[in-house]
Amino acid sequence: MQTKTQLDKNYVKTKTQQLDKYYFKTKRMFLGMQGTDGLLYKVLIYGLLVGIGFVYLYPLLYMGVYSFKSLDDLLNPLVNWIPTQFYTGNYEQANQVLNFFSTLMETLYVTVLPALAQTAVAAVIGYGLARFEFKGKKIIFVLVLATFIIPPQVTLIPRYIFFNELNILGSLKAFMFPAMFGQGLNSAIFILIFYQFFRAVPKALEEAAQLDGAGHFRIFLTIALPMATPAIIISFLFSFVWYWNETYLAAIYFGDALTTLPLQLQKFVATYQKMFPAEMGLGENQLNEGIKMAGTVLSILPLLIVYFITQRWFVEGVDRSGITGE
Amino acid sequence: MKKLRNKNSITGLLFVSPWIIGFLIFTAFPLLYSLYLSFHEVKITTSGIKTKFIKFGNYEYAFVVDGSFLEKVTTYLEEMVISVPIIIVFSLIIALLLNQKIKFRGMFRTIFFLPVIIASGPVIKELIDQGITTIPSIEQYAIYQALNDNPEGFFNGILLYLIKNLIVILWYSGVQILIFLAALQKMDKQIFEAAKIDGASNWEFFWKITLPSLVPMIIVNLIYTIVMYSIFSLNPIIDHIQKNMFKVNTGFGYASALSWIYFIIIALALAISVGVMTLKGKKNYT
Repeated sequence: MQTKTQLDKNYVKTKTQQLDKYYFKTKRMFLGMQGTDGLLYKVLIYGLLVGIGFVYLYPLLYMGVYSFKSLDDLLNPLVNWIPTQFYTGNYEQANQVLNFFSTLMETLYVTVLPALAQTAVAAVIGYGLARFEFKGKKIIFVLVLATFIIPPQVTLIPRYIFFNELNILGSLKAFMFPAMFGQGLNSAIFILIFYQFFRAVPKALEEAAQLDGAGHFRIFLTIALPMATPAIIISFLFSFVWYWNETYLAAIYFGDALTTLPLQLQKFVATYQKMFPAEMGLGENQLNEGIKMAGTVLSILPLLIVYFITQRWFVEGVDRSGITGE
Repeated sequence: MKKLRNKNSITGLLFVSPWIIGFLIFTAFPLLYSLYLSFHEVKITTSGIKTKFIKFGNYEYAFVVDGSFLEKVTTYLEEMVISVPIIIVFSLIIALLLNQKIKFRGMFRTIFFLPVIIASGPVIKELIDQGITTIPSIEQYAIYQALNDNPEGFFNGILLYLIKNLIVILWYSGVQILIFLAALQKMDKQIFEAAKIDGASNWEFFWKITLPSLVPMIIVNLIYTIVMYSIFSLNPIIDHIQKNMFKVNTGFGYASALSWIYFIIIALALAISVGVMTLKGKKNYT
């Protein structure tokens, strides 16, 4: 027979067990157990991601919104994030100031060609370093890496004098020549990408072709290069973007002969004032931040479009091309 | 067999030859020539370039007469010491977040990589001019005002700089995130499971396994960040060099000297930071 106290004890025990169960259940829900993530953890992660993501997107959103604001909206402190009307006048003016389409064509001309040359040459050099053994290879490898840390300013002046003597300042050749010989913008990175890539690819196919009597250059062109498509795509894309955004060298080498969208953006204010002289205090003709923002949006828009089409390669290409391999 | 190896090495050299030629013409020679110019006074005349040997005159000028150069170098170093660790830590955090099993991973990756695409000098300058690079409406907070009232003092300066440039600093971290992320995804999942069975918490796992195995990637990112930070076209020193290049009384000679000083500073910064990281990494392993 059970006494009353024992019954009570049992009752308390089951009750505490029940409470424990609830406690663990909620704990598991919020903090997670081994292997599964709790709610709190997830909230934290998504919170951080969204928060940081917002910080990243904030300037873009700001640009986008302000570029559609008319002068009234800009002056009205109540209009903050949503313009009262869909105003495209800023874009019309910015388009005129940047001379958008012809500048775009010129920009493509001075970015796509060097990017192509740089990628092609980097593939050849990377292949040579990855597949062949020769004297001084280690030294060359170290020098390739060393070229990455040499600031362009150090070689800029002699190159400037040299190009001046060759009479290629102000033409695309000033970009093309270094790119064609593996000394373009960040060439070291692209050589490294191809080097890592070709080292990771098994040699068997190439050896078989060699036994069949194919020469090294034919093997490179017909077997190795088609395999390297991911590395080619990522090299070209990065090269393209970096050449596009390069304004320092472009300004010095090209002078006034060639221009790019970022360069036009750099002298946006000056060009605007020349085009729309602010005479007679006309409010309409004042340069306002809406027009400036429209100009900025226009100058990055082509890159944004390219990025959204190719972002899969940009982001995944880094793991696939094996930058991080040893 | 030996003949074959010989032939192979010639083919190898042939493949690398464009780089060797390019290196000699476009890098090695200009490097030496600018070193040569840095010890000379360079005058450009109609008959060509005239140089006059002035020993360390240009270097003396940089350190003694041209006060703004030294000033710019100190701010550059200060800002770099603050920004680079933040960029590295921050990109590591984002990479760790993105490495979790989360929804919309592709979308987040796209967003975090966006700055690499659009961050050219003029665009960033435009953004800074508009004041979009600070945390929205930070001026209203008491902390900011208190800091702004006394910008003296080391920590106040750092905080103020951080607040004012937060977005730009974060925008530098796109490529670094990708490198960390790729390394994280290559990590062996079995180590994680084994550690879990032994009762390691996520926290312990991160400090004892993830971080030590990331040390080589941290070094890679360190180098990348310092180089990119130093050659970014908005850097005041670069601007200074360019201005002196086309000035009449200073010219190419002085600009060459400046760029060599700058190069040595960057190389030193790289050597010190990589050295410290390697030592620390070794300590972690043993």
